[in-house]
Amino acid sequence: MRWLLVAALAVLLALPAWLNSYAVTVFIFIFFYAFLGQAWNLVGGYAGQLSAGHAAFVGVGAYASALLSAQAGLTPWIGMLVGGALAAALGTVVGYLGFRFGLRGFYFVLLTVAFAEICRIVALNTDAVGGALGFYITFTGNPRQFQFQDNRAYYYIALGLMVAATGIVAAIERRRFGAYLIAIREDEQACEALGVNTFRYKMLAMVVSSFLTGVGGTFYAFYLFSLQPNSVFGIPLSVEIVIRPIVGGAGTVLGPILGSFILSPLAEASRIYFGQGGWSGAHLIAYGLLLIAVVLFLPQGAYPALRRLWVKAAVR
Amino acid sequence: MAVGLTLIFGVMRVVNFAHGDMMVWGMYLAWLLATRAGVDPYVGFVACAAVLFGLGVLIQRLLVDRIVDAPHEMQILLMLGVALVLENGALVAFGPDPQRVRSPLRAATIWLGPVFVDVARLITFVLAMALTLALYLFLSRTDLGRTMRAAADNAYGALVIGADVRRVYAVAFGIGAACVGAAGALVSPIVPFQPAGGLGLSVASFNIVIIGGMGSLPGAFLGGLLVSVAESLGALFLSPSMKELVSFSLLILILLFRPAGLFGKAAS
Repeated sequence: MRWLLVAALAVLLALPAWLNSYAVTVFIFIFFYAFLGQAWNLVGGYAGQLSAGHAAFVGVGAYASALLSAQAGLTPWIGMLVGGALAAALGTVVGYLGFRFGLRGFYFVLLTVAFAEICRIVALNTDAVGGALGFYITFTGNPRQFQFQDNRAYYYIALGLMVAATGIVAAIERRRFGAYLIAIREDEQACEALGVNTFRYKMLAMVVSSFLTGVGGTFYAFYLFSLQPNSVFGIPLSVEIVIRPIVGGAGTVLGPILGSFILSPLAEASRIYFGQGGWSGAHLIAYGLLLIAVVLFLPQGAYPALRRLWVKAAVR
Repeated sequence: MAVGLTLIFGVMRVVNFAHGDMMVWGMYLAWLLATRAGVDPYVGFVACAAVLFGLGVLIQRLLVDRIVDAPHEMQILLMLGVALVLENGALVAFGPDPQRVRSPLRAATIWLGPVFVDVARLITFVLAMALTLALYLFLSRTDLGRTMRAAADNAYGALVIGADVRRVYAVAFGIGAACVGAAGALVSPIVPFQPAGGLGLSVASFNIVIIGGMGSLPGAFLGGLLVSVAESLGALFLSPSMKELVSFSLLILILLFRPAGLFGKAAS
């Protein structure tokens, strides 16, 4: 298994040499959403706290680093960490309120959605950050400004983000922290009864997750060069973040990556296919149907199912 | 419309994320009836309710039924999926532009004692009152209504004494959907609507239901009054685009401090 992963990574590292620029773009989306999905996976998958407002962290991270770069001249390489820290601060607030007041399941979902929507409305109505028109970053092509002429640079950064987040999640899974998170997901009361400070670990998971997501915001900003409150804080982005780990297998290390490899090309294809002539909502319909299908037929996601097949084949 | 959500949640403990989107569909159905067949929305709402009843029963039978015992997360995801399909289905079918149904009654106004009321709003209000009352009577007086409340209190117990709980669930979901359909049709001449409005409507109705207390019909009605007053006050003091801010902030406050609502029994 380990050698398979190393081989896959080697292939991905070498791949851009043969891909055309468009295929590189598709891969960037695969890696980037796998990264965001992985960050979400920690809270939503392992700890079982469904957050449907992760777009808020992307948005905070994106706006923070973009504004710092435009107004204070701070390089996004540092702004990235600032954005992550701010997102983590927001994550702390959301997590504190949610976990301290014991909001579970549906109530927690509502809380996260409400926070994301508030961020969106505030950004829409604050002229200093561009308001409804959005915030634009001028392209200079300067690597110190996190801008590259060559698409492949973004490819490697996105790949690096994905691998780093996966490494973090894998490390957490193997430690006591990860075991606690899974225990919280499976039976929080029993976990508390055994003396685990569930509040502390849920908070920790939330902080790590929102920090990573906020770092992703910088990539979002300096890859797309424009920030629109409705897209960077909107529900559709939260759905994009949530759906990949769920399809791939929430609470598994490779689930978000698998989910992103399945979904991102599909999303891209349907965007191209349905993109013209008023069919802009079509790929979200497809997501909805897929979500329904996964819940009904594959509630644990694709990765555990594949694994079962694998084990079965190995036994024979 | 919150009445519909209360019913679904109260009886089945399934959270309907698609609520606002169902309402948007009710509005578009009323619009279709009005523009294509020339049916006034104040008559057409019956048809809208009927169609949404069918849709509700279908969703319940085909989807929710299979996972009613599954963890809460799964139901949330399922309904999120349904909401996505409905919202974007409306987007594809009707386009992103806001619509409004024209009713001849829209322009008419009358003096009602000392206040000046437009007829459209008055009719909407009266019909909504009547529907709520009818639903209340249905739940408290008829056999099916009583079974529904029994299933809400204790599904297993209701099953033991021979109630067809699955059928009860389907009817409850259907009636809940029918309520939103009717509500959507009734407000369609008053407020402009668009496919993207579903989420806002869902949040508004969650607010109402949670404030009023999950599963309590009179609570939902009072909650509705409270929330709309709060939102109009917000619109008055802040800019209109910030109006939504009020409802989301309200939602957070309610979630934190009164999760069982002002009139609800106990926290679940």
